Amino acid sequence: MRPPPFSYADPSTVDEALDLLAQHGDDATILAGGQSLVPLLNFRLAQPAVIVDINRIADLAYIERRNGALEIGTLTRQRAVERSAAVSEACPLLGEAVADVGHVQTRNRGTVGGSLAHADPTAEISAAVTALGGSLRLRSASAERTLTPDEFFVSNLMTAIEPGEMLVAVALPVWPAGTATCFNEFSRRQGDFALAGAAAALTFGGDGRIERAGLGLLGVGDRPFDGAAIASELLCGEKPSEAAVQAVAERVQSSVDPLSDIHSPADYRRHLAGVVTRRALQGAIRRGTSG
Amino acid sequence: MDNERNIDVTVNGRSHSANVPARRRLSEFIRDDLGLTGTHVGCEHGVCGTCTVQLDGETVRSCLMFAVQADGAEIMTVEGLADGGALHPIQEAFWQEHGLQCGFCTPGILMTVHEFLLENKGPLEEEIRHALSGNLCRCTGYQNIVKAVETADRLWER
Ligand code: FES
Ligand code: FES
Repeated sequence: MRPPPFSYADPSTVDEALDLLAQHGDDATILAGGQSLVPLLNFRLAQPAVIVDINRIADLAYIERRNGALEIGTLTRQRAVERSAAVSEACPLLGEAVADVGHVQTRNRGTVGGSLAHADPTAEISAAVTALGGSLRLRSASAERTLTPDEFFVSNLMTAIEPGEMLVAVALPVWPAGTATCFNEFSRRQGDFALAGAAAALTFGGDGRIERAGLGLLGVGDRPFDGAAIASELLCGEKPSEAAVQAVAERVQSSVDPLSDIHSPADYRRHLAGVVTRRALQGAIRRGTSG
Repeated sequence: MDNERNIDVTVNGRSHSANVPARRRLSEFIRDDLGLTGTHVGCEHGVCGTCTVQLDGETVRSCLMFAVQADGAEIMTVEGLADGGALHPIQEAFWQEHGLQCGFCTPGILMTVHEFLLENKGPLEEEIRHALSGNLCRCTGYQNIVKAVETADRLWER
């Protein structure tokens, strides 16, 4: 089907884009990579009067180390993240997660900010940002604010972005030396929306004990699940053990609130929540303790 | 703000200037305005991959882009592969290995394989299957497509 008619603007600066958003409020939609929005337009599930295409705003595509964090501009293509040496050095978890987003053809176009702002609960990037404790920077014509993932992700396809606001960047804290990470997801076919997935980050001390733990899950609720508190309680201060990993998996399983849909009943997703948690933690432990 | 725009694009080395409605997708522009019907359209929501073209050297789903967004870009479609009557080595390999049946998926697969082989020499079968995962084929069962990619890797001097 053809998308409904709309007015189109492709500003070349962030300020111009924010002015347009201020002017048109609820009637305007931001077009970034278009890999989620354009299908919605093609099906006429979205009918915005105005589309503000941010693809010409070169300032919004960057990956930079800033104050102990890796900052990624909203328009950065997923493929650029996948190929970035800075990402594989500072935040390999994000690089590993992004490689599982869609297919090459959609990652060439799809952006980091677009995926976050679309807020599909099965999004890999959202789970990685949750696991690493990232922060999301929003701007409007008159203000700027920074949100935690918990504040940003409201529910299925819903974020805290207000009309007139735009997600401009995500900042990921660079975890200390001794950190090992792993992303694991389960999907029926390569590139499909995953049924469940987990992103894990563990920092090991010199004595081999776990000092810090991050855990983010996708597909097991209406927004990313933050399992950091569970993982920290059950893993930190100890050397890694199979029993502790199992305990985290079980606690996650009983804490998540998965939805039933055409792809999977809730019970199966709950089961998978434990499986992917275990696999991601085991992967991080393997990487953190070998050599 | 506009409901339509004038755009300049280069497609398979030829420049085109056109006035297009903002909502015209790149796939429609290529097929209906330029008459290049080698690019197919299946699902129109980014799943099947048959509409894949290259935009400035990178594969994209042309059903998920608006033509206005391609203003200033260089596009390659399946028609850009052959050199006159001489098949591109990738096409030659698909012909030799019987890598297509109805051919509906083929344009998108050829565009995908072109990008993949430029970046990968001597890929493993597993890597080939991974690279093809964004293109659905209802006929072949993929075996001969995988073989064709292996043959193309050998035939194509690059
Ligand atoms: S028609 Fe574009 S991906 Fe199917
Ligand atoms: S050859 Fe018929 S769909 Fe692939």
